[in-house]
Amino acid sequence: MGMEIIVILIALFVLALFLGVELITKVPPTLHTPLMSGTNAISGITLVGALLAAGADASSTWINFLGFLAVFMASVNVIGGYMVTNRMLAMFKRKD
Amino acid sequence: MSKEFVDIIYLVSAVLFILGIKGLTKPKTAVRGNTLSALGMLLAVVVTLVHRDVVSYSWIFFGALLGGGVGAVAAKKIQMTAMPQMVALLNGCGGGASLALAVASYIMTMGGAGYGSGFAGLLGILFVVFAVFISALTLSGSGVAFAKLQELISGQPIGLPGVDIKHVNMGLAALSVLLVILLCGNPGSGFMFTLLIIAAICLGLTLVLPIGGADMPVVIALLNSYSGIAAAMAGFIMGNTVLIVAGSLVGASGLILTKIMCVAMNRSLTNVLFGVMAEGSEAIDADEIYDGKVTSAQPEEIAMILETAKRVVIVPGFGLAMSQAQHAVRELSDVMESRGIEVEYAIHPVAGRMPGHMNVLLAEAEVPYDKLVEMEKINPTFKETDVAIVIGANDVTNPMAREDKGSPIYGMPILHVDKATTVVVIKRSLSPGFAGLPNPLFAMDNCLMVFGDGKKAVTDITASLDLS
Repeated sequence: MGMEIIVILIALFVLALFLGVELITKVPPTLHTPLMSGTNAISGITLVGALLAAGADASSTWINFLGFLAVFMASVNVIGGYMVTNRMLAMFKRKD
Repeated sequence: MSKEFVDIIYLVSAVLFILGIKGLTKPKTAVRGNTLSALGMLLAVVVTLVHRDVVSYSWIFFGALLGGGVGAVAAKKIQMTAMPQMVALLNGCGGGASLALAVASYIMTMGGAGYGSGFAGLLGILFVVFAVFISALTLSGSGVAFAKLQELISGQPIGLPGVDIKHVNMGLAALSVLLVILLCGNPGSGFMFTLLIIAAICLGLTLVLPIGGADMPVVIALLNSYSGIAAAMAGFIMGNTVLIVAGSLVGASGLILTKIMCVAMNRSLTNVLFGVMAEGSEAIDADEIYDGKVTSAQPEEIAMILETAKRVVIVPGFGLAMSQAQHAVRELSDVMESRGIEVEYAIHPVAGRMPGHMNVLLAEAEVPYDKLVEMEKINPTFKETDVAIVIGANDVTNPMAREDKGSPIYGMPILHVDKATTVVVIKRSLSPGFAGLPNPLFAMDNCLMVFGDGKKAVTDITASLDLS
């Protein structure tokens, strides 16, 4: 990775951090638990990296195995996170 | 498929995540927001799967099948009262995935050309080392938090015999910093790399073990933030934009919730993590405060008081979750409302074991969310309230926080339930809350104690009120 790309990535990180702060401060306290589980599911985006590692044409089986572990845990994170968030939010919605 | 195209799709995913979180700012749009966010995830996964770098699918298939299965079952089966454990588990999985990923990337890079020379190379190894550190810490810390919340181990602060755990933490932190510096000079040392993982795992354990009970919301929020930062760091390692954006969004979210929780307890984050909360509490004699001044009452007497009430505020705490009383409380509210009594719920930000815990429980019992009122809004209304019913909450109603300058909780924002004409406290005993302090509220003239299990007491009150 070249220096130029690293700088762009860092800029992206910092901007997203600020955007995150702006967005989250608007979430009402009543939705804080679904917010946590929902953002948790989003952090399961490591699944994308995990897929690349698990499916890589790697020199060492270790890499594929670690990738497998990562896919497993990230899947728990993604599927569990979105489903449980949906379950909670449905409870908030049904009184409308 | 070209890398540029994949990157564009990743951008679309990131936008969907942002719209998803934006949807969470209102209960009405929240479900749609979550769906958008899930759609973003699906898109990112699909485009990665057809990516030319992915050549074998068997590991992926089994990993996703197992993980998806576990996640789905947990999400379906988990009780709303156990939501803090669920979030701890999810945090841990996020941390674990990032850890496995960072280690895989380290092995891959060292097996190849290693990290480049110059500043870019240094940053490269720093990203990996930092990702490994924070994700290992998230993994073990969340594990401890889960065990505490699930009561596999004691939920109270746990120390190490004979040693001050603060010194252990400092030692581990110093060791980690040293290892990071050494690894920057010699990235190829697998020994030091492994040692760093072990140090981070130990630090996760020793950081969370001494934290207990009412401080848990802060830890959960903080670990949530770490799991996001870990994902972002993994994104830096792989040069993957969607990981960076999504990870930093989650990191920011966790940090804000952590801050909200700390403000609600009038404590700094350092104080929560390394704090000495209960010190000085020996000076306050519980017997002196309670002696002969505590009035206890039967559910039937409470029902009689409620008969003439016009406005009732219910104050739920962790005890509500413990005794699974949310449905019973809802029934009591229904009966009161059918008699024309105005009922509202006062929600303290740190009530329960995670941010928003009470809201989710009451939503499960189909209490409309507009009846749940935040602390700042409901506090001025207590003086026009006939009856405040406190169920399983203690420290967040302690008037010492407002009046007693010498008290350890002085300055903590509380619910001013004592301003109500009558306060009914449903509690098992006079035992102190997490802060270890007696609560002068219980000895006040306008306070009635109903001793017993929260659910049973509420059900009994409802039954008496229904009959009259």
